[in-house]
Amino acid sequence: MNHSLTQAFWTLLRRDLLLTYRNRAQAINPLLFFVLVIVLFPFGVGPDATLLKAMAPGVIWVAALLSALLSLESIFRSDFDDGFLEQLVLSPHSLSALVLAKVFAHWMISGFPLLVVAPLLGVFLGMQGESIEVLVITLLIGTPVLSLIGAIGVALTVGLRQGGVILALLVFPLYIPVLIFATNAVQMAESGFSVTAQLSILAALFLLSLALAPLPAAAALKMSLS
Amino acid sequence: MNPVMKWIHLLGSPPYFYRFSGKLLPWLSVLCIILFVWGLYGGLVQAPADYQQSDAFRIIYVHVPSAWMSLFVYVTMAVAGAIGIIWHVKMAEIVCVTSAPIGAVFTFLALLTGSIWGKPMWGTWWVWDARLTSELILLFLYFGVMALYRAIEDKRMAARAVAILALVGLVNIPIIHYSVEWWSTLHQGPTVTKFDKPSMDASMLIPLLVMALAFQLYYCIVLLLRMRTELVNRERNSKWVNDLVSP
Repeated sequence: MNHSLTQAFWTLLRRDLLLTYRNRAQAINPLLFFVLVIVLFPFGVGPDATLLKAMAPGVIWVAALLSALLSLESIFRSDFDDGFLEQLVLSPHSLSALVLAKVFAHWMISGFPLLVVAPLLGVFLGMQGESIEVLVITLLIGTPVLSLIGAIGVALTVGLRQGGVILALLVFPLYIPVLIFATNAVQMAESGFSVTAQLSILAALFLLSLALAPLPAAAALKMSLS
Repeated sequence: MNPVMKWIHLLGSPPYFYRFSGKLLPWLSVLCIILFVWGLYGGLVQAPADYQQSDAFRIIYVHVPSAWMSLFVYVTMAVAGAIGIIWHVKMAEIVCVTSAPIGAVFTFLALLTGSIWGKPMWGTWWVWDARLTSELILLFLYFGVMALYRAIEDKRMAARAVAILALVGLVNIPIIHYSVEWWSTLHQGPTVTKFDKPSMDASMLIPLLVMALAFQLYYCIVLLLRMRTELVNRERNSKWVNDLVSP
């Protein structure tokens, strides 16, 4: 039984990644959105280097939240539309574990690419070497939390017609702690302070959401399908 | 079954609850009005002016009870939601969904009075103070619950969705609160003057507690009224509602 659960987990993960690979053009949209939002800021506030540098961590992280929101629906939406989700709920395996596989796939598709382009955008906004490293680390620990918490929101709204608007209202307040600690870590790194405390708290938030978020997400999915 | 448990089970039946709450409401209302008059008179007239803030401090008699209620209602909502999910108690579901707008209004009132108090004290209408900011996030959590409930057409399903959301929010409230507190102390100096609660004189404290009790009763009254409306609306095709309308 246990063996088949891990098998189901990897099969589902592989399936989601494969589906995204076959539909590459759509998967790249959140990443482009992330880059575009950040590129808009210098036009909005002016090309002043010190101002941009001071704003950089906040701008990059808020853009990451927005792009996460944009891609969240894809966790369950298409599976809900074609009935695959019902098959998942009917399967003998724990739904929370299967939800975790889907969230993991979502993070690899939409969260991980942010890590790759973030250093470049950091340079655009005038960030220095060490703080860029910290920025990437915060994104590495923080973006999975966005996917995990987001999965609860999507599971609650997947059956609704105007779910997208409500989704923002549901998940953004819950994202605030991640935003606070991540941006603060980068700012502290810029001023040359130690950031162990902030990173530890981020890691704690990650572990907490990893352990707890799949349960309400699974419950909400069952509710959405009933 | 012991009589208390039996009575609790009886309360779960909509017709019985409707009749019982109808009898309870006048008594609660009278008590609530008495407490409001007592608390307001004690707070606005009897209590001496503060040596630093003079009469401006009197807004706490509305501000502090609404801030307390904003949290209390959220906890009530989440606990009722949990009871509704676990034991499928219809009444608990109704408590959960009808509490949300009341809690949102308390939260809004706390924000509004906080901002009015802030104008003479801080010089601006809004400061990103830890407690004001947490209240603002709480207001958005309430809005999320209300929007979700309205968006789902099947109301029994909506009640379950709202209960899940309220529970997730309940776990997150302490995390949000402490991270916001940490954030505001790091970003700005201690320019904010805070109330020293223990140093409050009894002549100021007693009206505050009376007001808190009055707000609590007010919540009960509005909750009962909203629950009755929701019950009648949900069961409008059942016999007891028909008997009620045309006896």
